[in-house]
Formats: sequence, C-alpha cells, structure tokens
Amino acid sequence: MERKTDYEKIEKTAKTRAAAVRIITYAFLAVWALIVLFPFYWMILTSLKSYGAYNSEFIPKLYTLSPTLENYADAFTAVSLGRYLLNTLLFTVATTAVMLIVITLAAFAFARLEFKGKNAAFVLFLSMMMIPNELVIITNYITITNLNMRNTFAGLILPSVTSVFYLYLLKENFEQIPDNLYYAAKVDGTSDFKYLMRVMIPISKPTLVTVTILKVIECWNSYVWPRLITDDPRYYLVSNGIQEIRENGFGRENIPAMMAAVVVISAPLIVLFLIFRNKVMEGVSRGGTKG
Amino acid sequence: MAAVGKGTVDGMVKKILNSGVKGWLYLLPALIFLGVFMVYPLIDVLIYSLEEGYNSASQTYQGMGGYNYSYVLHDPYFLQAVKNTFLLVIITVPLSTGIALLIALGLHSIRPLRELLQTVYFLPYVTNTLAVGMVFMILFKKTEYSDGFINLLITWFGGNSVDFIDGPYWAKMVVLCLYTIWVVMPFKILILTSALASVNPDYYRAARVDGTSGFRIFVRITLPMISPMIFYLVITGFIGAFKAYSDVVALFGTDLNAAGMNTIVGYVYDMLYGDSGGYPSFASAAAVILFAIVFTITCINLLVSDRKLRY
Repeated sequence: MERKTDYEKIEKTAKTRAAAVRIITYAFLAVWALIVLFPFYWMILTSLKSYGAYNSEFIPKLYTLSPTLENYADAFTAVSLGRYLLNTLLFTVATTAVMLIVITLAAFAFARLEFKGKNAAFVLFLSMMMIPNELVIITNYITITNLNMRNTFAGLILPSVTSVFYLYLLKENFEQIPDNLYYAAKVDGTSDFKYLMRVMIPISKPTLVTVTILKVIECWNSYVWPRLITDDPRYYLVSNGIQEIRENGFGRENIPAMMAAVVVISAPLIVLFLIFRNKVMEGVSRGGTKG
Repeated sequence: MAAVGKGTVDGMVKKILNSGVKGWLYLLPALIFLGVFMVYPLIDVLIYSLEEGYNSASQTYQGMGGYNYSYVLHDPYFLQAVKNTFLLVIITVPLSTGIALLIALGLHSIRPLRELLQTVYFLPYVTNTLAVGMVFMILFKKTEYSDGFINLLITWFGGNSVDFIDGPYWAKMVVLCLYTIWVVMPFKILILTSALASVNPDYYRAARVDGTSGFRIFVRITLPMISPMIFYLVITGFIGAFKAYSDVVALFGTDLNAAGMNTIVGYVYDMLYGDSGGYPSFASAAAVILFAIVFTITCINLLVSDRKLRY
C-alpha cells in the first residue's frame, strides 16, 4: 500500500518536472522570438509616428494612437528611395541572370563533358572558393576605375557575378543525373546543348531555384562593392541609399522618415522569404554563409 | 565538288568540337569572369602589397619591399581595428553558438508552434544589414531629445543610462556584439536544428530504456552526434566575424576610425577609398594580413576539431 503511494508520488513529481521544463523552454523561446521581432516592430512603429510626435517623446512610447503614412510619402519624395529600389532590382536581376547562365554552362562542362585539362580547371575553381572577397576587391576596384566603369551598371554587375560555390552546388547536382539519359539522348541525335536545356536544367530546377534565392539575398544586401564603385547617387543601391539618407537625408534628423525607408527596403526580401520559406531555409542550410 | 568541300569542313568543325574544345567553350564565360575578377586580382594584390611608395595618380612606385606591411602593422588605426575585430570574434562566436544550441534544443523538444518559431528566428537572415542596423542604432542611441528605448529599460531596472553609439568604448562594443549576434543567429539555429533532427531516434530510445538522465543523454549522445556541425559553425563564425564591416557601418556610420570602432576589413576599405583613401598598397598589405589571420585560425580550428572528432 505504502509502496503504491510512493510510485504515485514519483510519477507526480516527474510530471510536474516535465511541465516545469516545458514552461521554461517555451519562455526561453518566446524571449528570443521577442528579441528577434522587436526591432521589426520598432521600425514599423516609428515609421508610423509623425515627426513632431516622435521628437516630443522623451520617453519613447510603445504604441501610437495617431498613425500616419506621411513618412512613407516623404521617403519617396524627399529622397530618391524609388530610384534606389529600382537600381537594386535591376542590379539583382541582371547579376543573378548572368550568374545563372555562366554557372550552368560551366557546371555542364564539368559534370557531363570530357576534355583535356578538365581536372586542372576544376581544381583551380575549387581553390578559388577559399579566397575571400576582401583580397580581390582592391584590384577589381582599380580595374573598374581604369576601365572608366565607375558609376555604371556594368561596373556594378560584372565583378559580382563570380560565384564559385554555386557553380559547385550545381555541378554536384548535374552529376547525380543518370548517365543513361545522356546516352539515350545521344542515340536519338540530340546535341549536347539541347540535352542541357531539355533534360538537365528541368531536372535540376530545385537547385537552380536555391542558387537563385541565395544570390538574390546576397545582391539585395550588397553594400561594400556598390559603395566603392558608385559615388553618384543616381546609381546607389538600397544599402548605400540608406547610408546616404542617414548621413544627409532629409535635411534634418528625421528618424520616422528614415524608418519608413528602412521598412520599404526590408519588405521585399521578407515577403520573398515568407512565400518561399522552405526553399530559402533549405537553400541556406545547404549553401548559406552569413554567420 | 562543293558539296564534298562543305562536308569536310563540317566534319572538321565537328571533329574539333568533339576533341575537347567544346568543353572549354562551355567553360569559357566562367573562366573569363574567374580570371579577370579573381585570379588576376589575387596575384595583383600580392604585387601591390609589395610596391613601395605607390602613387595612384601617376601609377608609379619606387621599389619593392616589405615597407607597406611594416607601415600597416605600426599604424595605430590598424592596431585598433585588430583589437576591435579580435574582441568581436572572441565574444560573439562562443556566445552565439551557445545560445543557438540552446534554442535549437528548445525547438527540438517542442511540437506546437515549432514551425512558426523557426520562421520568426530566421527573419534576421533575410534583412538588409545596413537597414536594420539603423533600427539598432536608434534603439540604443541617446540624444538630447530622448534617452532611447534601451536606456529606458536600463533606468527602469535601476541602472544609469549610457550613450551606446557615441559613448564609452565598452558600450559601443556591447551594441556591436549584440547586433552581430542578432544577425548571425538564424544561420546557426537553422544548421543546429537540422543537425538535431538528423540524430537517429533509436539512440534516444535505447538510452531511455536504460534510464539515462536527460543531461547525460545530451552529453553522451546528442553532443557527440552534432559536434561536426558545431565545429563547422565555429569555423564559419570565426571567418564571418573576422570580416565584420557592414554591420559596424550600420551602427556607427562610415567614419569608423573617428568612432574608434574600425575593423580590419573597414581599415582595408578606408585605405582604398573615401576621405582617407588612395593608398591601394597599404590596403593590399592589410588585406593580405587579414587573409593570413583568417587562414591560420581556420587551420588551427580544423586541427583541433580533427583531434576531438574521434568519437
């Protein structure tokens, strides 16, 4: 009899302990979620406060009762935010498109074709994976300056195309496609290029999508190269644009308008992420580097 | 006759294409990009770093030697940048990896809300570092109009308000570390969560049958199973933190030397460009030194992990 109650007691303490662990776990996770979300909340909140209201708050308020969209209007009219966005879009699309063409052709050569010197070329590519951008950016800056390509889209795009790692990912993927398909296509008289377009690219679509997403994130956030190569605001990308807005933006320290610009700049990638959530996370875990 | 001639030309073209030229043709665009923007610059940067007294206007130099390196190594701004960078690395890499491990363990142990939380935790990865850095700046900044939100919290808990952006060195370092951790967490959480999910559940079941305690299971099973991923994160974390730059700019503006918060990468760019720029030789020497540091530390990390990974 007594033994039985003992068991019940043990079971009970075990249950309360499990519940306590659960509560602590959720509390801890909730705290981190709060830390992650708070800056987003703060930028949206501040962007909705009017200039006067924001500056009269010595103790910042956690809410606003009179939200206004005038800051968003300011962000597009007082500074050329629209232009920065358009530039970034153009830069991102062009860089990603050129990169996709270049790496698809190269990955096909490495994965499918046989030619002399292939292994040597591949080792060269692989060794370039270890070279940090900081090491080559100095010469690239001088090259582009000497070619008179500062403040042009070509100057922005060309050096940003090279992505050895994505080429490597794609090559690995191409190699998984069974050889039999290739021989069958050869027997049918399909040319190599046609085989690449009709068979390999459709099969490797998931990897191509992954690579595209990673490159788009990279382009949208690039700051260093655009800063080096453009000093004409007409060619600024969003990162440089927001820096410019911060330094000489609205003629006065207009933080609500600045936050409106930050919201507009952050929104596209976040929307893209929410739509392609699984793709993005899978891609980053395969090839992400930020961190 | 003409038809035969055409046939042989076609045949020749085909023969040449099949002999391997075709492979190189497919490779050509990539080779051009790689050659012009990576291989050539790599050699060039080494040469630049050895050219003494380089004049960027006339593109002439006086001689070859190690002067640029010795200049950089004696430059107080560079030494400050090295100190800042090392502090940042030593503080943020262990902290972020540790917290990420705790969060990943938490995520692994719950079922409801897991997907939602994973999505939320990933958000910093897809944000523009410059843009969100400005939000951090505003949260931590103290102006004459307002103490800012973080100082409000600090005074609530009975502390004294500090200007984290233009104030004392330690305060600036604190914000920089916090922001860096905030930015690098998504990647680490993601990698560790998938590492935890890939551990064979049979091990856990066997351990539970044996009545092993939760902590012991963690130390004896979970940790060894995911240790390769932890080392991977430590290495990428080291490399990433050594290259810190745009998050620093986001917090303290472009004049990092004046703020005393420059990093090694920032030093390279400042030497190259902007108000203090125009010295590609010094920039090159600093970049080569950075590469040497990162390379050495990566090698040490690999050696250490190689020895510890035999479980």
